[in-house]
Amino acid sequence: MTRVLEVEELRISFPAERGGRFLAVDGVSFTLDRGETLAIVGESGCGKSITSLALLRLVPPPGRIESGSVIRLGDTDVLALEGESLRRIRGRRVGMIFQDPMTSLNPVFTVGNQIAEGIRAHFKVSKAEARDRSLHLLQEVGIPDPSTRIDSYPHQLSGGMRQRVMIAMALAAEPEILVADEPTTALDVTVQAQILEVLDRLRESHGMAVLLITHDLGIVAGRADRVAVMYAGQIVEEAPTARLFSAPSHPYTQGLFASVPRITGPVRRLTPIRGSVPAPTAWPSGCRFRPRCPQAFDKSETMPPLLPVGLEHRMRCWLAEGAGGAMGAGGQ
Amino acid sequence: MQFPAFTCIHPRPTPAVDRMTLLQVRDLVKHYTPGGLFRAAGPPVRAVDGVSLDVNRGETVALVGESGCGKSSVGRTILRLQEPTRGAAMFDGIDIFSLDRRELRRLRRRMQIIFQDPYSSLNPRMSVGSAVAEGIEIHRLATGAEVGRRVASLLEEVGLDPGYARRYPHEFSGGQRQRIGIARALAVEPAFIVCDEPVSALDVSVQAQVLNLLADLQRDRGLAYLFIAHDLAVVRQIAQRVAVMYLGRIVEQGATEQLLSEPRHPYTVALLSAVPEPDPARSRSRSRIVLRGDLPSPSNPPPGCPFHTRCFHPLRNERCRMEVPVLRPVGRTMAACHYAESTPGVREVGGV
Repeated sequence: MTRVLEVEELRISFPAERGGRFLAVDGVSFTLDRGETLAIVGESGCGKSITSLALLRLVPPPGRIESGSVIRLGDTDVLALEGESLRRIRGRRVGMIFQDPMTSLNPVFTVGNQIAEGIRAHFKVSKAEARDRSLHLLQEVGIPDPSTRIDSYPHQLSGGMRQRVMIAMALAAEPEILVADEPTTALDVTVQAQILEVLDRLRESHGMAVLLITHDLGIVAGRADRVAVMYAGQIVEEAPTARLFSAPSHPYTQGLFASVPRITGPVRRLTPIRGSVPAPTAWPSGCRFRPRCPQAFDKSETMPPLLPVGLEHRMRCWLAEGAGGAMGAGGQ
Repeated sequence: MQFPAFTCIHPRPTPAVDRMTLLQVRDLVKHYTPGGLFRAAGPPVRAVDGVSLDVNRGETVALVGESGCGKSSVGRTILRLQEPTRGAAMFDGIDIFSLDRRELRRLRRRMQIIFQDPYSSLNPRMSVGSAVAEGIEIHRLATGAEVGRRVASLLEEVGLDPGYARRYPHEFSGGQRQRIGIARALAVEPAFIVCDEPVSALDVSVQAQVLNLLADLQRDRGLAYLFIAHDLAVVRQIAQRVAVMYLGRIVEQGATEQLLSEPRHPYTVALLSAVPEPDPARSRSRSRIVLRGDLPSPSNPPPGCPFHTRCFHPLRNERCRMEVPVLRPVGRTMAACHYAESTPGVREVGGV
């Protein structure tokens, strides 16, 4: 396996209202191999989006990546890059698509121009060649009648079509990693199905690694190879997808599953997680899920590290110690 | 507005007076005419194009569809937050569309609405207590210290600390604001609430809390809901009956379990198949129908069956392009498809 991305102890801070700084991301580590899909799942405010922005040093100021954090793209130390060399990895090594394509598309240029511009920024090709490649990309992402649509402006396209254009732009530089941050959250469910199909197909044909950032466990299933669940700035559980869905172990992950209404099986009253997600400025001491956790105990007052619960399966909960053996045995 | 026409418009004969039925909507039409200072008037946007539905006392009926299908316009028109273009709506024997202002205000005591984003419907300068008390005072349901007591008990009922009455909307999370919106709606003791995507903006853990709260309130107060949503899994959790909308029309309706287990309209089948299922085994084994193309514009809907431009039914043909299918009983639901008898099920359709 070729490792394409390595993130270690990533910490991202923002200035607090009353002086000082607070951490929005607190010690996140993960890796991504070539062709692999890792999903980072969490609710709003857990730090998943800002984590993905950090990969290309796109954390908006006054946010700051703290020293001690490591982000490596292959052999490249992203945090040591400056100016031109930083610009060169953006798009070329890592492509990004976001929830709202309209904010990333320039309204005064045709979509063809914008894709071609991306191609010419990274490859020495003629304008005609860039246009040809743009046309091919539009075809690849399933835009009907691409030779006409290539001259459309973003506002002339539907939300689903704009997201396809965004994907085409991200692919233009043939990146080895695609970061998809809530790529279908703003779309209707039938359009979401179309976009997910395009992403699945392209991942296969281009052999890209995908970092899928989402709040929706449903789109993770059957798509990601591994899942990391984030809560309050930390990864609280990570496992191969099938394992996470069959044996969710962290009380937060279990709470998420119990909260999701299902389209099949018996209809039962939902079991919500009590309370609400704390703001990054108000994270409790010890285990951050402790005030909402039905299984919290004395030891939860100390912050747990990620502890093993099975093969390639870890969680940030002291329960892993006591039940660890039993859970591990049940796994593999 | 004349009502005797009811029985012949409605696909099933309904007794003129039905003590179970709280709300009857018949052939509701809402067209918006675009235009204004800088734009020439274009063809009307046919947001709602002949919708009929009933809501019984104490029941939840879900109105499901994707953005632009007209589901929110139905809810708003029933409450006369928007005026209908045509059609009829009866609430507990009252002809909603014939009411004058004063009568309408009286009706709003019994029909309320909660929105997707409660923040936009709460006055930021008004304390939570005043916001909840407003309806009680307008309708003179209580005076003096009794108002405060009612506000406190309403906040408690929706799971908020009564002490929050003195605070302001910006101090609360999305889930708490939705609870405030619900308390405000409940303050006037309604029998019916239009819930317009009430959990769509909430995180899943909080969404579950609000769904449970709505179910508890229904049980305790005998409330009826028209639950407007796009998420079929949420709908399955809360509604007894479902109506699926596409381009301003109801294309299928029926009891929730029947409609979800044996859908007869191809659009319902596609919607169901697109629901992401949090189960890797099932989501791999399940065949998925991916619809072609985009939703047509509601200002220029296709002739014939509104769904024919995206339909995958093996029997689709010229008739679908010419003739609007009517909602009729097929199997265990009512579906508006010429070939509903042979619509392939979710699990029978291969990659389309």
